Amino acid sequence: MAGARASRASLAPLAWLALAGLFAQGLALALGSVALAPGELLAVLAGDGEALHRTLVLELRLPRALAAFGTGALLALAGALMQILLRNPLADPYVLGLSGGASVAALAAMLAGLAATLVAGAAFAGALASTLIVFGLAHGGGSWTPTRLLLTGVVMAAGWGALITFLLAVSPVERLPGMLYWLMGDLAYAGSPWPVLAVAATGLVVVLPLGRTLNVLARGGLQAAALGVAVRPLEWTLYLLASLVTAVAVTTAGSVGFVGLMVPHMLRLRLGNDQRVILPASLLAGGTLLTLADSLARTLIAPQQLPVGVITALLGVPTFLYLLHRSRR
Amino acid sequence: MSGLETRGLVIDVPGRSAGRPLDLDIAPGQRWGVLGPNGAGKTTLMHTLAGLRAPRTGEVRLDGRPLARLRRRDLARRLGVVFQERHDDFPATVRETALIGRHPYLAPWQQEGPEDHARAEAALERLELAHLAERELATLSGGERQRVSLATVLTQAPGVWLADEPTNHLDLHHQVAVMGLLAEQADQGRSLVMCLHDLNLAARWCSHLLLLFPDGEACWGPAEAMLVPAALERLYDQPLTCVEVDGAPVFVPRR
Repeated sequence: MAGARASRASLAPLAWLALAGLFAQGLALALGSVALAPGELLAVLAGDGEALHRTLVLELRLPRALAAFGTGALLALAGALMQILLRNPLADPYVLGLSGGASVAALAAMLAGLAATLVAGAAFAGALASTLIVFGLAHGGGSWTPTRLLLTGVVMAAGWGALITFLLAVSPVERLPGMLYWLMGDLAYAGSPWPVLAVAATGLVVVLPLGRTLNVLARGGLQAAALGVAVRPLEWTLYLLASLVTAVAVTTAGSVGFVGLMVPHMLRLRLGNDQRVILPASLLAGGTLLTLADSLARTLIAPQQLPVGVITALLGVPTFLYLLHRSRR
Repeated sequence: MSGLETRGLVIDVPGRSAGRPLDLDIAPGQRWGVLGPNGAGKTTLMHTLAGLRAPRTGEVRLDGRPLARLRRRDLARRLGVVFQERHDDFPATVRETALIGRHPYLAPWQQEGPEDHARAEAALERLELAHLAERELATLSGGERQRVSLATVLTQAPGVWLADEPTNHLDLHHQVAVMGLLAEQADQGRSLVMCLHDLNLAARWCSHLLLLFPDGEACWGPAEAMLVPAALERLYDQPLTCVEVDGAPVFVPRR
């Protein structure tokens, strides 16, 4: 019947995206200062291979590749959720000022000369603080609209932007490269990949049952309420979930741009706007895009590394423009 | 089947001091029309009747129970709204849009089943939209989009229909077809409330009328008692000529 047909049709793109994700992981493990042939890589993954290869793949490249995948997945998921929350296809995970709060706290920690783990902790605290400030201000009089939330967030982001510029201006020159890399997004200090992967999996489990409800919410708050959706609690859930997910991503890799805005968009151009497909597809596509981008960032001008945010935009912009040009939507 | 009552209802129109409290009894099978000039509060009244907006005072009851005490999901199975405004910010097809009418009946994890699809297809068929089922909303004309909204509520199959200007953007044939569809819903025992701008559609299709004046004054009752030229002229601040065609009054604005 039509229902079975619809769900089968929606599984095919997810299967393709999962394959692409695996391919990207393989590429990330094989590429680098010592490039591995497919046979050598398989040997390492099967448990043998040279000791040097094992160290390279299992201890250096695999954690970073998994962290890239998890971070990209979180950013794309957060972007898709924010776009539905604000009923605005141009929203991204940072539109409400969250990355600004994280950046100010992280740069301040770097300026104070704190260790990388403390910088990450400061970023997480800054992201949550910014979320709570926007939450409290938009809540203000008791009634709010997506427009009011958006305005509050955009103004907060502008304020954070000024503080970031101030911190960069007063920082000693030798600290600037590290700060700029953090601002553009960089996976060199990602650390253990398990937090992002665990949050990505948890996020997916939380949002999947909400898929059809989010489809209805995308039609506007009144329409959703008339179809039985408890709109206000759902919107707060979305806001807190998207913020938490973004905070974990930013803590891992700095404010990587583009993924959260464009990945859900690209997928909608091809797959329509059923959140039951778009949300898992965003996770897979966002993870794949960031894994590929990070592999290129490590290798393009090796031994020097580029900030991964540069590559996501350089890869994503032409891809997006091509899809937009081809689509008839 | 479901009936809607209001007791001492004053809708919350910003900047309006008060108004006559509404004590409406909208029984199953009745076709209520709400008439009034721009800004009289017709849409606000519809949203209040749907439980989407709190009244200033008084309450709305569905089958004797105050709306405020019903869960949104239960309410959505019994009361449907055709909105005047729509937000098509994201891509969606005509078929998907009709199918969201089944949302109140499905559990979170549940996929739409064959019966849900069959209901949506039947609704599209009924509104002469079957050939557009795969089309994107953004590519539709205003009248086609209006019929998709009606198809969503037809798929929802509620006992109470609230339709805010259901004939907006429709050509003459589809105006009559849609009014016929709504009348048929009432004849099957559902309650119907619709905001209308066309006095002649109201005269022809409504069993009861509510006249909303801009200052909050209101009067209501059986249609034939309400269709008094003097009252309608005062309602719209517009001189009217009334003639009779096919046994129904027809109102023509005078220059």
